[in-house]
Amino acid sequence: MTEAAARDILAQVVDPEIPVLTIEDMGILRSVEVDGSAVAVEITPTYSGCPAIDLIEEQVRLALLAAGYTRINVKRVYSPAWTTDWMSEAGRAKLAAVGIAPPGDRPTLCPQCASEETRTISEFGSTACKALMVCNSCGEPFDRFKVI
Amino acid sequence: MSLFAYLVRHADDNLILSHRLSEWVSRGPELEEDIALANIALDHLGQARALFAHAAEVEGRGRHEDDLAMLRTEREYTNLLITELPNGDFAQTMVRQSLFDAYQLSLWEALSSSGDQTLAGIAAKALKEARYHFRHSSMWVIRLGDGTDESHRRTQTALDKVWRYVPEMFEGDDLDRQMAAEGLGADPSAFEPAWNERVTTVIESSTLEMPADVKGRTGGRTGFHTEHLGHILGELQWMQRTYPGARW
Repeated sequence: MTEAAARDILAQVVDPEIPVLTIEDMGILRSVEVDGSAVAVEITPTYSGCPAIDLIEEQVRLALLAAGYTRINVKRVYSPAWTTDWMSEAGRAKLAAVGIAPPGDRPTLCPQCASEETRTISEFGSTACKALMVCNSCGEPFDRFKVI
Repeated sequence: MSLFAYLVRHADDNLILSHRLSEWVSRGPELEEDIALANIALDHLGQARALFAHAAEVEGRGRHEDDLAMLRTEREYTNLLITELPNGDFAQTMVRQSLFDAYQLSLWEALSSSGDQTLAGIAAKALKEARYHFRHSSMWVIRLGDGTDESHRRTQTALDKVWRYVPEMFEGDDLDRQMAAEGLGADPSAFEPAWNERVTTVIESSTLEMPADVKGRTGGRTGFHTEHLGHILGELQWMQRTYPGARW
């Protein structure tokens, strides 16, 4: 089995809190190494307290087990620290499609009506990685992915 | 074992403060703030977990992060006293958070270049979070200090009350100096100038008065705590103490 094959399998694993994004879109899948039936995977958390990380590690193991790998080592790495710059273009487009403003867009456009007239309600939102905003034009509240 | 003890003291700061902040959940002054406090608590909990897990690995005696959090006694906890202070009102929680965030900014910045790669990684991540926390907590201190007569009065009272727990943050001990000398840690006495600058800016913008110098309370780093830590540990640890090894 090749590294590319293992990577393809892992590219199907989604973030349980934002299930439109895969761990590859998020940029938290840091490395994949294959040696025969053994595979070593490194992932990094978005935030220190990300409650999804344990579940993600388990899903990575399950996906690889189902694909026939028998020796699986999933390692959590902290360095270098994750940044929203690692999010893929595909990931950003998927976020916008489900109504979450992607990180770093200035001005933040309303995902519903594309208005530039938006404001922050709270720097902390429904998950560690998002802030809460509202559109002044259409009045819809929405999440914005925080920039770190 | 020095590195182990060093990692544990910083993990303890984060675990205990996280526990305090979590006490606000469902009691926040508004829904958004309730969520913010829970998020900040979660960041500190994550930092604590990463540090405990690394400490357990460094120790190499088969202990797990949960053993360190759940099965140590009060005297074995080495957190700074400021982290175990009761929340008080919302003003006191935000004042404590702001003063502690300003300290952690310097701490994580210094530890980002630790010779211990894992610690450096944990610190680099935590630094980003601390910046976010400080922006939030200092915004509140300014808003409350420069708010109504009542919010000003309560924030000033909180500042005067928490102030005596500030000197301990910069005290430094043999372990800090040893870790600094080995290029693994940092001597917190070096953090004070940057801390002063950050905090003075906030206090001036908030129209609050800088409290006079006081004799600080200390002892947390050597396991001598206020009467509050025992109660926290009672709540935190009762499940593992009552049903050792319980899992679900």
